[in-house]
Amino acid sequence: MKFSLGAIQYYWPKEVVQSFYQDVAESTVDIVYLGETVCSKRTELSLKDYMDIAHQLREAGKQVCLSTMTLLEAPALVRDMARYVDNGEFMIEANEIGAIQLAHEKSLPFVVGSPINCYNQHTLNLFLKQGMQRWVMPVELSREWLENLLEHDSIQTVRDQFGVEVFAFGHMPLAWSARCFTARAEDRHKDDCQLCCINYPKGREVKSQDGVQIFLLNGIQTQSGHRYNLVNDLPSMQGLVDVVRLSPEPEGTLKWLQAFQDNLDGGQPQPLADTDTNGYWRSLAGMVKAL
Amino acid sequence: MELLCPAGSMPALKAAIDNGADAVYVGLKDDTNARHFAGLNLGDSGLKDAVSYAHRHQRKIHVAINTFAHPDGWERWKNAVDLAVECGVDVLIIADLSLLAYVHDQYPHMEVHLSVQASATNPAAIDYYRQFGVSRVVLPRVLSMAQVRSLARMCDMPLEVFAFGSLCIMAEGRCYLSSYMTGESPNTAGACSPAAYVRWEEKDDGVLESRLNDVVIDRFAEDENAGYPTLCKGRFHVGDDLYHVLEEPTSLNTLELLPELHKEGIASLKIEGRQRSPAYVSSITKVWRQAIDAVMENPNDFLVKDEWNRVLGSLSEGSQTTLGAYHRKWK
Repeated sequence: MKFSLGAIQYYWPKEVVQSFYQDVAESTVDIVYLGETVCSKRTELSLKDYMDIAHQLREAGKQVCLSTMTLLEAPALVRDMARYVDNGEFMIEANEIGAIQLAHEKSLPFVVGSPINCYNQHTLNLFLKQGMQRWVMPVELSREWLENLLEHDSIQTVRDQFGVEVFAFGHMPLAWSARCFTARAEDRHKDDCQLCCINYPKGREVKSQDGVQIFLLNGIQTQSGHRYNLVNDLPSMQGLVDVVRLSPEPEGTLKWLQAFQDNLDGGQPQPLADTDTNGYWRSLAGMVKAL
Repeated sequence: MELLCPAGSMPALKAAIDNGADAVYVGLKDDTNARHFAGLNLGDSGLKDAVSYAHRHQRKIHVAINTFAHPDGWERWKNAVDLAVECGVDVLIIADLSLLAYVHDQYPHMEVHLSVQASATNPAAIDYYRQFGVSRVVLPRVLSMAQVRSLARMCDMPLEVFAFGSLCIMAEGRCYLSSYMTGESPNTAGACSPAAYVRWEEKDDGVLESRLNDVVIDRFAEDENAGYPTLCKGRFHVGDDLYHVLEEPTSLNTLELLPELHKEGIASLKIEGRQRSPAYVSSITKVWRQAIDAVMENPNDFLVKDEWNRVLGSLSEGSQTTLGAYHRKWK
């Protein structure tokens, strides 16, 4: 089983990002995804900056993928996405079907990101024929769904040709909108957002009127209010999952990476926080924490 | 410019057709469509009757098979396609790639439209779906009018846009908020904020509280209109503020954009609301028929009638309407 770090979902200052990846280079992670996947207005790091980090990580022995934007509104953004696809060195993680189109046109391999709607064996096979190397399962799916999907003969015969990756730690991306909710929380429109999301390195908490932390606002993205944490579910991934993904949080991400790696066979389980959840993997509502 | 109206039942379908819809879209009675609600949609014989009624009146019927096939439920989605084709419907509205491929392979002459649930917002995404013979794309409700315009001018693909009805504020087909709270989402179960998880409670102080899977979505004072607890339209806290964090209860209304949509050659205007009553469908269809006729007749001199807005406003969520993402300031 390998471990990966997803693209940073929040808007962090450039030096924070660079320092984070210096630590990542020294960590035991196998695969690192880089890039801005949430909002095209976030320009602390350019594609060149990401490429510089990608080279450093590759030299440190990591496999690097470039992650593309999830929601493209203006047609001009397709050009930006094409620059990621055409980087010439690193495989892309397609978070939008248009990125698959661009990669497929050029016969480039790709990772199918979790926001792409791949829910069954037929769709998975189609992507495989078009160049998919790895599939990140949609966050809302369960172990049972994954098992049902993989057990089909049409998948079993090609199972050695692609990897299965599961989002297993961090605040889950649940929705993308035209509207910027972080700007709205400051009573501003998106056009006048003043990039205020940089002030919320772990998103802004949304609480229900009875005090449940239900969501996090991260610009145009809405995240789970609770942190997904499958550290104690790793044994149930054996034989199904090839790559376990952790999503970078402002603090403790690499400590958790270690905790995950230490608990691969269930020998060193971790206490879950009150605000941790594992519901989706257990075929329950995403916000539920099953013991 | 086609007027495409919703029908969750035979009476609603008749209401749409009798009041001037050019085409009607329906779903089947299972989780193969994104309005999988109890008591809604058509069974096998219902679909045959619906096709026969629509064709007798020279109108078209579209069938939405726009959820994503489950790994152990492929037959159900395949059967839905087979049934719709066998009944002689005019168009299939599909989101799942596996179903698009199946239809393209089995029924290459069938007209297929890409569902809004496929979330295609840009030229590269639209290009991807051409391999399946898709002949129209339904745009997600995340684009501004300027973005719709540039897409219409860049692509030769006919486009369909939402003109009126309940407003999804997230990119459709990529929203898991409902399964996060209840375990059921539009993609997996054809439902958002499903009724089985809704609970209402009247408090001693007269406050009416709505909950979804036990989480408070809103509290209404006695003088407030209490709306259905769709989770993205609840009132929550951010910091010290209590407000509609994602969106107010409101409906999309694009009447004033009609001349622009007409000018850009938009193929079809879709009215949301398969879950609505025949009376609702009838009133909405009447207004939009008049409005579309007016803009087609005189595109340069089109004025929205107060009466139209009054009718639409009275049938809207929270009795208010918005231009949604079409208007940049909304974002």
